[in-house]
Amino acid sequence: MEAFSQLLDDLYFTNSTLAKEAILSTYLRATPDPDRGWALAAIAGTLSFDMFKRNLIKTLMSERMDPYLFDLSRHYVGEMSETVALAWPQSSDPVRLNRLPDLHEVIAEFQSRDRAGIRAYLITLLDNMTPAQRWALLKLGTRGLRIGMSARTVKTTIAKMADVEIGVIEELWHGLEPPYESLFAWIDGRAEMPDISQVLTYSPVMLAHPLDEDKDLARLAPGTHQAEWKWDGIRVQLAAMNGEVKIFSRTGDDVSHSFPDLAGAADFEAVLDGELLVKPGDEIGSFNQLQKRLGKKKPAKKLMTDLPAHLMAYDILSLDGRSLKSETLTDRRKLLTTLIAGQDPNRFSLSKTLEWTDAAHLRRLREDAARSNGMIEGLMIKDKSSPYIAGRPKHQWYKWKRDPFLLDAVLMYAQRGTGKRSSFYSDYTFGLWSDAEDGKLLPIGKAYFGFTDEELKLLDSWIRSHKLQKFGPVQEVTKELVFEVAFDSAHESARHKSGYALRFPRIHRIRWDKPAREADRIEAVRALVGK
Amino acid sequence: MKISSHPESWMQVREAGLYCVPADAYIDPTAEVPRAIITHGHADHARSGHGHVWATPETIEIMKTRAYLSAETGETKLTYGTRHDLGGGVTLWFASAGHILGSAQAVFEYQGKRVVAAGDFKRHPDPTCAPFEVVPCDVFITEATFALPVFQHPPLEVEVQKLLRSLATLPERTHIVGVYALGKCQRVMKTLRLAGYEPPFYLHGALRKLTELYEGYGQDFGAWEMVSDIPRKDKHIFQGKIVLCPPAQINDRWSRRFESPLPTVASGWMQIRARARQKRAEMALVVSDHADWGDLIRTCKQTKAPDVWITHGRVEALEYALRKEGINAKGLNLIGLEEEGGS
Repeated sequence: MEAFSQLLDDLYFTNSTLAKEAILSTYLRATPDPDRGWALAAIAGTLSFDMFKRNLIKTLMSERMDPYLFDLSRHYVGEMSETVALAWPQSSDPVRLNRLPDLHEVIAEFQSRDRAGIRAYLITLLDNMTPAQRWALLKLGTRGLRIGMSARTVKTTIAKMADVEIGVIEELWHGLEPPYESLFAWIDGRAEMPDISQVLTYSPVMLAHPLDEDKDLARLAPGTHQAEWKWDGIRVQLAAMNGEVKIFSRTGDDVSHSFPDLAGAADFEAVLDGELLVKPGDEIGSFNQLQKRLGKKKPAKKLMTDLPAHLMAYDILSLDGRSLKSETLTDRRKLLTTLIAGQDPNRFSLSKTLEWTDAAHLRRLREDAARSNGMIEGLMIKDKSSPYIAGRPKHQWYKWKRDPFLLDAVLMYAQRGTGKRSSFYSDYTFGLWSDAEDGKLLPIGKAYFGFTDEELKLLDSWIRSHKLQKFGPVQEVTKELVFEVAFDSAHESARHKSGYALRFPRIHRIRWDKPAREADRIEAVRALVGK
Repeated sequence: MKISSHPESWMQVREAGLYCVPADAYIDPTAEVPRAIITHGHADHARSGHGHVWATPETIEIMKTRAYLSAETGETKLTYGTRHDLGGGVTLWFASAGHILGSAQAVFEYQGKRVVAAGDFKRHPDPTCAPFEVVPCDVFITEATFALPVFQHPPLEVEVQKLLRSLATLPERTHIVGVYALGKCQRVMKTLRLAGYEPPFYLHGALRKLTELYEGYGQDFGAWEMVSDIPRKDKHIFQGKIVLCPPAQINDRWSRRFESPLPTVASGWMQIRARARQKRAEMALVVSDHADWGDLIRTCKQTKAPDVWITHGRVEALEYALRKEGINAKGLNLIGLEEEGGS
């Protein structure tokens, strides 16, 4: 546990990616199995279980520390684990350990104990640890580790250790499980490369570049490129093999349990790439409706009947055990068209290709997307000869999103941020004037990005000198500052006093010059999104 | 105006800061005033332009070094414990605050009541200044810079070991430690010497004068040299050694002259990880010149003051915790004292 905590500290405080890779590979070489595998899982975010719940930590703190002081501390520090790590009050009669257990011992203990046992063990560990070790434990145990190292960097490190291309690791990765002993046996030269051909696994997806109107439009021609709608659903990969079906999110998480209705309808052996949507009748459902299906670990029957999950397929990676990744898009699409034709049209449909003649035509299609009530967020334009390449290859696929909507809103409340921004007021709630001309501002959204670090400092100091009341962590400010807010779409929402919720709101510009009374009214949202 | 003996009536908050009414004098005022009592030399407490200044001899020297005193400024030097008639029936004396060299608590006695304005203070041992002295009083006026339970400052010796370990394991890296020029710099150097570190220190120009001033008061930091005195081509000299500079310089152009720099910040804020990342520090040394949470509460209790007034920092938390202890605590909302500076 000491070595793991030291590793996290070293990674956390190192800026350069190369140095991080060096630190990680040194640790992985020097540390025996299975500790190194568990550490790798913790850093790559592939642990599949919590060792204890965040709620247990909260309960322990509420028993040991004044809740008001704890809340003040947490808001100041910006996150719970570090607050607990720093402020942990020792038990009055602590159990003393001669040594801290190894990482795998800690994991095994937590997994084998019942609730009371987990509680006692957590207290003992926290009593025996330094603040840095406590932080490592709490982050590990609740899978909340963020040390500025992406999964990609982790895989790059592994690829360098194994002396192979990163693509090899990408393909392998989702077929392996912590603590990765077969992977390390291969890296150490003690075994062959792990065989994952019989494991139903996620394949890294192909991504699109944003279209650069100046450079890219000229490259496109109807003969060489196909255009499709860009649906605003959830990108998924549906993999079916040997009677088993899995649905993976874009990041490789297995989300099959949330969509058993869709998984159960797959009658083929193939890996499909597409957009997950809901189809309550003959038409594709709204984003609002889709949202009701998201994040449900075990959706109720009624929900699945009312809002059936649907896959709008646009690519196929393998068919009947044969990889199609090196085939052209046109050839893959032929196979996909045949496959979809034999499936239940309520569950599977083919993303249609759009007729187009020239750049001006494409531009008009893109503008049509803005009038789609939000479910179409622009165009996808793909090179017909492109093979399926994991990652974001250049000049193969383009996405051309419609322009965001813009509104002038007034800053109402601010909250301190977390992580790098802890202690800065970096989360902003803004509102629009009510239609009733009663001088009331109605909150319509919250944003915490879209501004530079310099602007963040200016905003922070503006807020500090325009404070009104404080509601817990929420700081009310005088209603004077106008933000130009960009957002992708709006939908009706009972949760917001304004009646609307914005999707992906971000600060587009800070209108230091604009008087607050000239900001927009609620009716502007209606006018923009046409409902 | 009739002034009663209750401190509320004769010690007040005005726009320029804390003000002693019968003596017509401000404590650490944020604007130019005719009569100023200065607790210590940090820039958020000591400023230029006052008519007359009362301070410890060390603080007066620090203010001169920093050009806060001009030929027109009157000065009264008071050593710790020396009682002085401030006029208006008020007696002033200074007690050591343990914050930096010359730092003092200003003790006011008027009509049988005693008010102690502690300025910034700390209780952890510091080989470069006199230790904090507890002065029993009726009203204790305290800071609250680190007044949250998350602030439990580790002993400086432990933090310094981190630095020594890093020097041993990464001898090719130039360890650039960001420290405030007044107090922190000298305390870190002295503690490193006491821990057995022998090579010379290399200093940024901004740290020179105050280090020499400390030496004038008998502090011994061993050998140190100015970075600017070493030819640019000899940058290998700094590798595996300690370079000290103001915090803003650790990732600035200035630090690019060094071979494989390792930016380190020494400050009480470094206890919060994200703060260290904000400063782009690769090593964070928790070194604070202020009392931590436990010491703040302990100190307030030790003064036996029934009333505690809180100047700046995490006011809410300290006010709440002291009230739970049965102490009549209130925040003064003084502005202009640096929230996150001096540290």
